[in-house]
Amino acid sequence: MKTPTLILAVAMLLIGLAVGPAPAAALQQPAVTAADQAGGDGYEPVSSLPPAQQETLPAAPMVMAAYAFVWLMVFGYLWTIWRRLGAVERELAGVARRVDDLQRR
Amino acid sequence: MPMLNRLFLPTLGLALVMFAAAPALIVNAPYETTMGLVQKIFYFHVPAAMTMFASAFVCGLASMRYLFGRRATADRVALAAAELVVLFGIIVLVTGPIWARKAWGVWWQWEARLTSTLVMWMIFVAYLLLRRYGGPGSDRLGAGLAVFGMANVPFVYVSVNWWRTLHPKTSVVMTLDPGMRPAFWWSVAAFVLLYVALLTVRTRLAEQRTRLEGIHLALDD
Repeated sequence: MKTPTLILAVAMLLIGLAVGPAPAAALQQPAVTAADQAGGDGYEPVSSLPPAQQETLPAAPMVMAAYAFVWLMVFGYLWTIWRRLGAVERELAGVARRVDDLQRR
Repeated sequence: MPMLNRLFLPTLGLALVMFAAAPALIVNAPYETTMGLVQKIFYFHVPAAMTMFASAFVCGLASMRYLFGRRATADRVALAAAELVVLFGIIVLVTGPIWARKAWGVWWQWEARLTSTLVMWMIFVAYLLLRRYGGPGSDRLGAGLAVFGMANVPFVYVSVNWWRTLHPKTSVVMTLDPGMRPAFWWSVAAFVLLYVALLTVRTRLAEQRTRLEGIHLALDD
């Protein structure tokens, strides 16, 4: 996949992530959010909620996912740089051969 | 590869070693009271954002130098820096929502900091698309766009202080607990070194492409 296509794909994914999952998450998980707290009439301790409504999202996989993503992006970018450099080098070598041929004639 | 200059490999190697060692410092840093474990994303999210801002400045200043001084080297630096704004921007825009999902209960809020960061990132994506598909004259038009992108940075930075947002304020870094500082500044140094390495090699790639185009044009003549 070429770089601009990759950038477009990632941009679409991010916009989809930003627009799509938020309402769905809000429907699936009516846990107390910071926004809810700011606009609510009063505070309710989370322990008074039934178990199904309590926030049970584990933090460790999210932290690991975030760090893994950083590594993935860094190595992915290094890989694209490596490929592009290789392509330019091959082309430069081809041009050098072409120049040699022209000089011999 | 022969075209990699002497600065690239040592800088990249040191950055990767620092990245590998960072988790040890991060694990030993104290837990934040209200957010707990998920706050550890801070140690990569904020340095990535700082690098993104720095790269936007590099891109904008190099573009100004190109616009007013006609320095081709400055244009190549600007192109490399713009690509890195997009790279570090993706890291910020993905790790942030992962953190937000746990801390705020939602992946995304259309509030000042998040929205302005997304807009800034999209300006630099537009810059890259313009440089790739814009044809003749896209270098000058792109340089203008890059200056506009750089001008966004201060607004993105102070947005959390000017508007009421869910995002933590800029004072978080300066008032960081002493126990959290080593892990944070270690990560910042790792990101800066990585940035220098990537900027060096990406600028070199742009230079080689320019050289190749020059040879092709000379051969065609």
